[in-house]
Amino acid sequence: MNAVILLFPGTNRERDMAIALHKATGKKPTILFHQETSLPAGTDLVVLPGGFSHGDYLRCGAMAARSPIMPAVAEFAAKGGHILGVCNGFQILTEAGLLPGALLRNAGLRFLSMDCHLRVETSDSPFTSRWQKGEVYRAPMAHGDGNFFCDDETLARLNGEARVAFRYVDASGAATPEANRNGARENIAGILSENRRILGMMPHPEDLVDPLMGGTDGLPLFESIAGVLAAA
Amino acid sequence: MKARVTVMPKNGVLDPQGKAIEHALGTLGFATVGEVRTGKIIELELAETDPDKARAQAEEMARKLLANTVIESFRVELA
Repeated sequence: MNAVILLFPGTNRERDMAIALHKATGKKPTILFHQETSLPAGTDLVVLPGGFSHGDYLRCGAMAARSPIMPAVAEFAAKGGHILGVCNGFQILTEAGLLPGALLRNAGLRFLSMDCHLRVETSDSPFTSRWQKGEVYRAPMAHGDGNFFCDDETLARLNGEARVAFRYVDASGAATPEANRNGARENIAGILSENRRILGMMPHPEDLVDPLMGGTDGLPLFESIAGVLAAA
Repeated sequence: MKARVTVMPKNGVLDPQGKAIEHALGTLGFATVGEVRTGKIIELELAETDPDKARAQAEEMARKLLANTVIESFRVELA
């Protein structure tokens, strides 16, 4: 599997992401600068990692979503390409119109840096197939703008088409208001595109993929996508 | 010609910064303040001299970049 990690000015999680992808696929991903206008031939997965691209100017992800590389990413998506956006990467994907909704300032205005628990809402996606629906795993989060918002119609579609990938829950798996620290609609932490090949999520599964990091809770996500794309 | 684009969160979209300011004003004793909303103002210097064309340009810029119409509305004024 050939993974490409996009690097914008202010991206800072590309190395964590590279470690996770390398571990799951056995192959080092390519890191590509935002000023490129095409993806390398044979790209199987495009990853937009976390950080603060362009200093979060205007809105988080707004500038990065208009980068020279993004038309190539949109074309890749239109052809059925697989894309993962984590944290700032999720914000960029919504700003680029590749995923619905938007990420607002956290409801409590605080930057949240802590572990959270996520419940897997569907195993029917190339990113979640190694989990069972309803499984709960731990992931670190670190964001100031993770408050997922969308209108009622979009929310109904996301729920109806089982496109909510993960929700914030407590350790027992209950989607309580207390577990929903950033104020996201219906505790939504991650969503899938209509063709289920694009995943955006706020927490960082790439930061729990090795016992040395304190756990391997995030590894199934990378093993899922590596398994799906291994044949590719 | 100058254009001023005012971008505001749409009604129904949570504005935690507005809420925080509202609470702070209450703490300062401004008891009569109702809801507070925050947004941003972006001023553009345009080469265009025709007001209709300048407005159309500014509106296109707002739709494509300055505002995220999922969560924000915008208004263009010419000066």
